Amino acid sequence: MPEPSAPPNSRATGLTPRSIVIWSLVALAGAAGWAVLALSRGEEISAAWMLAAALGSYAIAYRFYSRFIAHRVLKVDKTRATPAERLDNGVDFHPTDRRVLFGHHFAAVAGAGPLVGPVLAAQMGYLPGTIWIIVGVIFAGAVQDMVTLFFSTRRDGRSLGQMARDEIGPFGGAAALIAVFAIMIILLAVLALVIVNALAHSPWGVFSIGMTIPIALFMGVYLRVLRPGRVTEVSVVGVALLLLAIVAGGWVAESSLADTFTLEPGTLVIWMIVYGFLASVLPVWMLLAPRDYLSTFMKVGTIVLLAVGVFVALPTLKMPAVTDFASRGDGPVFAGSMFPFVFITIACGALSGFHSLVSSGTTPKMVQKETQIRMIGYGAMLTESFVAVMAMITASIIDPGLFFAINSPAGVVGTTVQSASEAVANFGFTISPDQLAKAAADVEEASLLSRTGGAPTFALGMSEIFSAVVGGTAMKAFWYHFAIMFEALFILTTVDAGTRVGRFMLQDTLGNVYKPFKQVSWKPGVWFASAVVVGGWGYFLWVGVHDPLGGINQLFPLFGIANQLLAAVALAVCTTLLVKSGRLKWAWVTGVPLAWDVAVTLTASWQKIFSDDPRVGFFAQRDKYQAGIDSGQVLPPAKSMDDMHTVVTNSTVDGVLSALFALLIVVVIADAGRVCYRAIRRPADVKLSEAPYTESRIVAPAGLFPTAEEKAELVAAGLGPEGGVRKDGGTGDEVPAQAGSR
Amino acid sequence: MSGAVAARPGGRLRRAAHWVRWYVRELSGEAAYDRYVAHARSCDPDAEVLTRRAFERRRTDAREADPREGFRCC
Repeated sequence: MPEPSAPPNSRATGLTPRSIVIWSLVALAGAAGWAVLALSRGEEISAAWMLAAALGSYAIAYRFYSRFIAHRVLKVDKTRATPAERLDNGVDFHPTDRRVLFGHHFAAVAGAGPLVGPVLAAQMGYLPGTIWIIVGVIFAGAVQDMVTLFFSTRRDGRSLGQMARDEIGPFGGAAALIAVFAIMIILLAVLALVIVNALAHSPWGVFSIGMTIPIALFMGVYLRVLRPGRVTEVSVVGVALLLLAIVAGGWVAESSLADTFTLEPGTLVIWMIVYGFLASVLPVWMLLAPRDYLSTFMKVGTIVLLAVGVFVALPTLKMPAVTDFASRGDGPVFAGSMFPFVFITIACGALSGFHSLVSSGTTPKMVQKETQIRMIGYGAMLTESFVAVMAMITASIIDPGLFFAINSPAGVVGTTVQSASEAVANFGFTISPDQLAKAAADVEEASLLSRTGGAPTFALGMSEIFSAVVGGTAMKAFWYHFAIMFEALFILTTVDAGTRVGRFMLQDTLGNVYKPFKQVSWKPGVWFASAVVVGGWGYFLWVGVHDPLGGINQLFPLFGIANQLLAAVALAVCTTLLVKSGRLKWAWVTGVPLAWDVAVTLTASWQKIFSDDPRVGFFAQRDKYQAGIDSGQVLPPAKSMDDMHTVVTNSTVDGVLSALFALLIVVVIADAGRVCYRAIRRPADVKLSEAPYTESRIVAPAGLFPTAEEKAELVAAGLGPEGGVRKDGGTGDEVPAQAGSR
Repeated sequence: MSGAVAARPGGRLRRAAHWVRWYVRELSGEAAYDRYVAHARSCDPDAEVLTRRAFERRRTDAREADPREGFRCC
């Protein structure tokens, strides 16, 4: 298959002197940020430098690299109608304004992930994580999102699984399906674990989060019965009630009701499982849809607020640039050395396979013009990456001693401020017992020790930033619980939505064996499939809460590996498609990130399976504790023989899962490699399932602001600045009809 | 989004408010019904359209039938 010819919109335009000056200044600002980040040793620097490095790099990458990908590699064609235009049905396929679709896409891809990973990775210092977030998003994450979106748009919005099956083969397709299901289970368990760790022994948190359920039910009834479709008004009321619930949580925590809402982690797990099951069998309108509105409003609002807060407060980074854990690999938050584990821990925000499901789901059916794929795919991912950078800032501005007291497993820091202070001193940081007690008292929590999972750390950093801008120390407790609520809200929404998706996939698969399973209205099937999915993540959640070694410590690497595995599937599909569509010379655009991702994921899996270090390798861990059981010894941090058996079981399950994930990656890569090889050897035999070319009648700008050229074109087509369907009836005279080139 | 041309600062503010309202309605899906009616009427001005209540029901029921639509990520 020959390389597609360049469409008429890829006119080479030289840079004007003015833009050369502007872009040189942007480059200088970014370079200055990087220089200060990289060269400061020992002294505390302002977060402004991290912002400069991030924003400068993003601007350059967006202006130059994403443009190169759009015009030279993908050759987006503004004369080609998108599925939204061709199949417009006014409901799921409809051309959507680029700014609205950017918002939709961003709200769909960004969740709790970019807030959790960077916080955990901060144990190695802020520098390794920050470099990976920024470089990773520019060359891997945003590229994956954009290229997947492009190819899915060219295929009427086909899903990643379908593309893998159509373009690679049944093996790749099946592996993709298993990968999606497995990652879903682990993802839900890890996210739920984050919430459980944040809410345990916190009456304030439990009350406020609990109140979100009646609030959502009220909104659901309002939208179903009272005033259907009036989303904005009910969301405003919902957000107001939510803020009230946060304030009321403070009253509850000080009242006699406090004991009722003080729950053990084990109890919270049961509640989560019950909630997860009910939420997935109740009708969508009752709980999921209203929760979704609430969490989207809160998400976008809080992220904007956080960005403003960071810029106004410009806090100082207290965490060292690089800690000793980076090279030694014995950190308490997660074990293993910098390569590969920083790249596994930070998935969302740098490279997240899960995004490829959104980029090949709802978004491609709504893209108005192919030229807008750059702004939506690449742009939204850059924005998510910026959220991850802000999370890194929040984790780095709190005292490192406090950071390690919060994020180390209970087995390491103990249960008193004295023991925690000593444990932190062993890591080489200092914090006094009084300071630890005061930090907890400031946010009106009984204790902050080993609140692993990232959410409490993030909330603490955020309360630090917000209280510096609004309200001072008195407001700290409010902002802390505001942040906890904000994370819990969309984690619970993800748990709800994810359980449904998992259930749907399971029903679909079981339907091949027993037909009625495919019907979503067949209640026994719904209940059974829901129970299996909830049981799956519920098992890992239960295990995570009771694991003596710390659930986050054990499970987060698995989640990272699973997410990166999905990224490998997406990048393999993209690379195969680039090769098959005659773009072999550009295959490196997704091929290099794929190679990196595979190297990271396979190294991590290898270490998780074969490492002799019981802190890293699951099977080494199993052997160590099994030997302990055999000789009748209890090895710390286990406290009893039961704990010892728990560790052995968990290590075995986690080890087997790591091996399964590694195997899936190898299968997908091998299958994709086979297809690519065949496409290169016999280009004539290549079959692409691309939708045929149809001429577009829509004129609309590609980027956020229309260029002078686009403005002229809009005027010629008789349209306003937002664009639309050409008014003049014929094809535009400035776009010569192309024949024979496609 | 009708472009009320205005040079006065008050007009500019009103235009900004108008834009925000438009954006929020589009983003939250509140405008979905208007779009559906406009789409149906664009083919046939006398087309029978669903009531808002029926339309919103159909929308949530579709989500019930395939939860992968509108899925959110981690």
